[in-house]
Amino acid sequence: MGPVNNMKTRTAVRLTLTHLFIIALGLLMVYPILWMIVSSFKPNNMIFSDPGLIPKAVTIVNYITGWKGYAGVSFGKFFANSLLMCTGAVIGNLIACTMAAYAFGRLKFAGKKFWFAVMMATLMLPGHVTIVPRYILFNTFGWVGSYLPIIVPKFLATDAFFVFLLVQFMRSLPKELEEAAIIDGCGTVGVFLRIIVPLATPALVTTALFTFLWTWDDFFNHLLYLTNPQIFSVSRALRTFVGDAGAVSNWGGALAMSVLSMIPPFILFFSLQKYFVKGITTTGIKG
Amino acid sequence: MSKISGVRKFVRLNGAAYMFLAPWLLGFFVLTVYPMVYSLWLGFTNYDFTQPDSTQWIGFANYLKMFGPMFGLSEFTASTGEVIRADPYYLKSLSVTFTYVFVSVPLKLIFALAVAMLMNQKLRGVSFYRAVYYIPTLLGGSVAIAVLWRKLFEKEGLVNAVLGAIGFTDLPGWITNPKYALGTLILLTVWQFGSSMIIFLAGLKQIPEEYYEAASVDGASKARQFFAITIPLLSPVILFNLVIQLISAFQAFTQAYIIGGGKGGVLNSTLFYSLHLYLQGWTYHEMGYASAMAWVLLLIIGVFTVIVFRTSDLWVSYGTGE
Repeated sequence: MGPVNNMKTRTAVRLTLTHLFIIALGLLMVYPILWMIVSSFKPNNMIFSDPGLIPKAVTIVNYITGWKGYAGVSFGKFFANSLLMCTGAVIGNLIACTMAAYAFGRLKFAGKKFWFAVMMATLMLPGHVTIVPRYILFNTFGWVGSYLPIIVPKFLATDAFFVFLLVQFMRSLPKELEEAAIIDGCGTVGVFLRIIVPLATPALVTTALFTFLWTWDDFFNHLLYLTNPQIFSVSRALRTFVGDAGAVSNWGGALAMSVLSMIPPFILFFSLQKYFVKGITTTGIKG
Repeated sequence: MSKISGVRKFVRLNGAAYMFLAPWLLGFFVLTVYPMVYSLWLGFTNYDFTQPDSTQWIGFANYLKMFGPMFGLSEFTASTGEVIRADPYYLKSLSVTFTYVFVSVPLKLIFALAVAMLMNQKLRGVSFYRAVYYIPTLLGGSVAIAVLWRKLFEKEGLVNAVLGAIGFTDLPGWITNPKYALGTLILLTVWQFGSSMIIFLAGLKQIPEEYYEAASVDGASKARQFFAITIPLLSPVILFNLVIQLISAFQAFTQAYIIGGGKGGVLNSTLFYSLHLYLQGWTYHEMGYASAMAWVLLLIIGVFTVIVFRTSDLWVSYGTGE
């Protein structure tokens, strides 16, 4: 009994130490974010004087000054803009990527292998080689200064990541249901709408989730296309806190609005965590 | 007749599939193929966004503008007779980007693997820990975090406050000092190790425990087990993470843009390739030049991806992991 007990104690000690180590490292990891949240409630002149997490004085003045926004447009408007744009992007990706994935994942057609290989190749393509001509193209359409350059490409399934993710998922669905539906007189469209889409819900949630987050957090496209403060997204608006020389005039406001901007991703993440893990492990989503 | 019935047959057999594929096909041709061809052409012109009508074919001048300084060339005459100044910052942006990629990607993967191994034990609350460790990745790419990072690493920032409290003196402004600025960006990237960690964790769970048990019975040390079991069986996952991270690191933009205040930082110490491309194309309207830069980036990423895949035969094993 002795050695076994001894081993048990050793394992318990080792596990406790591992727990403690993981917790300590985890705290270090999220410390900057916690500090940011706490500091957004500190008076402007005290933000940097103390690195601790317990503020000596609490104020919401940063939220009031920050909320005023930029060029007379408030953050309320920026949040509404971001939500609108993200909703459009999510709808676009859900429709177009699901359609493409259905063709690749469940249908037989001539040229399937070729087009699938082409689609996979675009996964690796850096966006830079298309960005200049796309900008010129959207500019001739008169779309620069609107959400269209950000939303319309989603309706054309340009995010190959999600097509791939959905294909992977649809391939794993059992064939029998589909066959039964066909015998019952369902056409290809019927099978898609009645069988595949409902069954693919988990993958659709993952797609919607990441589309929302990436559109919310994207900056490059917002910088290019959202050229007027009336249509600024939250991330584009946050940039206005940082001056051209890199100086920041209202740090308190910048931190306060940054904290607010992180709330939607945070809520989505913690309420839909399992879809995150699923999405990351099946496609190795960037980040 | 037979041709028509052939078309009919094709449509009957494939029509539905191509209908479902139509949005993607349209997007592929209009938003990928056409722009790629167009940008390849633009790269050989002096296309200026503000005066597109005066666009001229200038041959390889844009490419000479990039790589000329390598051969001591500071200006040259293009085929159009125009005197073109070589880009004094291009090579700098290339070296900044290479340093960033080759330091941040291995560090990130090593860190992600270490944390994944730490969590790949019979611990209660692993999914909670995993979520906490993923938070920096969830938020790290945003403008908000870039703004925070600027603040943390300023001369009067949080990092120096902490370092000062434990006795360090003469601390630099990490972002304003060209020696350290890139380091802060690398740190920011490594901090976002969450996705790689989750993928490693999923990979580690596939390795049967019996392998380790058998190895310990044979008296293999933990280190030996790591190199003889974990690394070989995980190698396909490592390859996967490596490729994904390489491609995305070469394209990093937002963090450098915000931290550098819309420019390349002090002495261009954080002039990332994408940032330089953006400044050339949109601040200076040199879209022909920016397109040429984009194609060089595509080639660079392509070459490194091929190198990684080619050399993967040497270190990736697709043995029986199940």
